[in-house]
Amino acid sequence: MLVQAFAFYLFAGILILSALMVITARNPVHSVLFLILGFFNSAGLFVLLGAEFIGMIMVIVYVGAVAVLFLFVVMMLDIDFGNLRKGAMQYVPVGLVIGGILLFELAALYGSWHFAEDVSDNFSMPNADFKEVTNTEALGLVLYTKYVAAFQLAGLILFVAMVGAIVLTLRVRPGVKKQKVSEQQARKSEDVLEIVKVTSGTGV
Amino acid sequence: MEHYLVLAGILFTIGVFGMFLNRKNVIVILMSIELMLLSVNINFVTFSAFHGDLAGQVFTMFILTVAAAEAAIGLAILVVFFRNKGSIAVEDISSLKG
Repeated sequence: MLVQAFAFYLFAGILILSALMVITARNPVHSVLFLILGFFNSAGLFVLLGAEFIGMIMVIVYVGAVAVLFLFVVMMLDIDFGNLRKGAMQYVPVGLVIGGILLFELAALYGSWHFAEDVSDNFSMPNADFKEVTNTEALGLVLYTKYVAAFQLAGLILFVAMVGAIVLTLRVRPGVKKQKVSEQQARKSEDVLEIVKVTSGTGV
Repeated sequence: MEHYLVLAGILFTIGVFGMFLNRKNVIVILMSIELMLLSVNINFVTFSAFHGDLAGQVFTMFILTVAAAEAAIGLAILVVFFRNKGSIAVEDISSLKG
């Protein structure tokens, strides 16, 4: 129990610190790197909660795909980041007020959370049904049976996102030389080759 | 369990505050949105684990899907905008006004 508490405070502390660094770092590359650190720590928290599959998915999807995407965009766009921070300080007070109110409300709500007596009547997928299998196996048993429609929709969302991103960033550049196989195949010798009779001493 | 929930609350607040702090920088705003989605995920998994109901973890995966799609589309729009305007400041994104 003590080890669990220690691990929780370690992960949670680093997660909050790295989240703060994400929003305050001067260089967006540092922001992205702190975001990756935060995702790793949240994956540790998920493992601590017994949701190993979500934790591993977190590392693969967020760190491996989303954060690297951010890193690519930050590094490939040539942006003057120093200019972007000018005048940002004037919004700090209102941000602090709104954030403080939000934090107070959330803490008041969560700090004294307790479940109702008969909450277990409303379970859609009780864990007790999956006592003898691992977390990943239990998720698979649910995901491909009860939530198969939502699963397919998630795939559709990813597909549409992929098509959208490609369509948005596709750029047709004029003047780029490309191999056109059909034109190469359709070429005939009569079109390009001319045989000229040259009398000697005159030239062409 | 309250610890996890309060942690998620703090993380969400940091995400909201990050939007105010970096009002001009769209990339950091997108990262703040990622932080908020992460806090929602932590909430889902916490309730799922302490409740004993697996549905929360399933929905965490769907949130993950939507977050990935959102990041991809958002960054694609950002790249196109930067190509056209040469800047990513929020106040330069005013062509659609009026």
